Amino acid sequence: MTQELLPFEELPKELQELYEDMQDDLYEGLADRVVEGTRQALEMGRSPHEILTYGLIGGMDIVGEDFGAGILFVPEVLMAAKAMKAAMEILRPLLTQTGSPRLGTIVLGTVKGDIHDIGKNLVGMMLEGAGFDVIDVGVNTDAETFIQTVKEHNAELLGMSALLTTTMPYMKVVIDRLAEEGLRDRVKVLVGGAPLSEAFAEDIGADAYCEDASVAVEMAKKFITLKKNAA
Amino acid sequence: MNRFLRLFQEHDIVLGDGAMGTMLQRLGLTSGGAPELWNVEAPEKVQSVHRGYIEAGSMIITTNSFGGTRYRLALHNLQDRVHELNKAAAAIAREVAGDKVAVAGSMGPTGELMFPLGTLSFEEAKDAFAEQAAALVEGGVDFLLIETMSALEEVQAAIEGAREAVGEDIPIAVTMTFDTRGHTMMGVSPEQALEAIYGWGIRFIGSNCGNGPEETITAMEKMAAVKPDDVILIAQSNAGVPRWQKGGEIVYDGTPEVMAQYALRVRDLGVRYIGACCGSTPDHIRAMAQALGLAPSPT
Repeated sequence: MTQELLPFEELPKELQELYEDMQDDLYEGLADRVVEGTRQALEMGRSPHEILTYGLIGGMDIVGEDFGAGILFVPEVLMAAKAMKAAMEILRPLLTQTGSPRLGTIVLGTVKGDIHDIGKNLVGMMLEGAGFDVIDVGVNTDAETFIQTVKEHNAELLGMSALLTTTMPYMKVVIDRLAEEGLRDRVKVLVGGAPLSEAFAEDIGADAYCEDASVAVEMAKKFITLKKNAA
Repeated sequence: MNRFLRLFQEHDIVLGDGAMGTMLQRLGLTSGGAPELWNVEAPEKVQSVHRGYIEAGSMIITTNSFGGTRYRLALHNLQDRVHELNKAAAAIAREVAGDKVAVAGSMGPTGELMFPLGTLSFEEAKDAFAEQAAALVEGGVDFLLIETMSALEEVQAAIEGAREAVGEDIPIAVTMTFDTRGHTMMGVSPEQALEAIYGWGIRFIGSNCGNGPEETITAMEKMAAVKPDDVILIAQSNAGVPRWQKGGEIVYDGTPEVMAQYALRVRDLGVRYIGACCGSTPDHIRAMAQALGLAPSPT
């Protein structure tokens, strides 16, 4: 089992600085330097879980906040996510060995008839950056695929994206199928995409309308916390 | 003289057209279907949309080729038909346009992210736009309209690709979409867009699509404030934003009256090429023509 992490403030000064540098490098999208920082922390004997939490997720949190505030735009977020991904290549096998608490699992896809994926991919990267396991089912996804994947991975969350006014109604088809399968109470549904609105999300019975990727992360975290508190 | 350039010599305000995609959906284009396929499978429907706009007063009509690069068409497994579908788009528009109306060859984004964000290289993007531009010009467009762009690198690839394919005689216009906190999705401001696109030798520059008139007006204010004298500004706003009606119908909330007001406001900012985008119809263009004091052309 993983051990509790030391609070950031109680880490040795040198280590705090290393993690802060990693966060800055991640913010700047400097993959090589984030990888280097990850290696350095491992050499110092730090746990993969700690490096992930303070070095990577800590950095992605700041990226997410600044994206939500309109300080950063898609390119910067993508570069940061790529840097995180590069570091995860090193950490992932170690995390599997040592075990690391993940926040939860989300199945993510663009709905049937719709082939737009830039927004969906961005949401996926941000969720991964926040510590979620993301199962991306791609574009043009039908209800059966969504449902099967949710079942297979025992996912707590389902995220759907659409860029077209003609494809967004399909989200309701998926939600209805989810209910038919008896999964609706167990799975929270997040929806997003340019033509969507709060009113639409409410009308089709989704649990959250996510105006952008940072809202999606916020909502996903909120649902997981609520679930844990209820358990 | 080139029909498009002639329009700006003869008129202060040149009225563009409205949406193609959302009009084709009304005519039965299924969700997820490739609109460009209709250029060969249902050309009469595409032409009926063009005709509707000309009757409403449009002096420019835009080809049904927005998703006509090989990258967009590949999503419908039509990547081998770029030349055929774009040439047909141009030819059927040219046929209904007559001599007075100019035809814009629509070139939308590839939908791919360019390196290093994504995998699309500058050369690949350039090739794809060159292929599309060549077919559009062969089919008879009067100018190329690179539109709904969010990344400057892709705009540059489109301009260079088009120039390489069709030379300098075909005018090029470029519009970007400022739908993310006053910037494009990729973080480009209207001022940055104008400066960069001007630097690539383009003189027709503006804003299209997005979240409706207010956003477009703001972008045009910013461009108008920094534009060199020889730039002609373009505004083609969406007819508001799509609103979900209980029961499932989706309605764009920008009425013809709203779009008429928008036309007057961008005109007052000095915009000379005024049109509309998603959600608009010939009724919107007619209202804009009347507000601008442009009599619809005789039919």
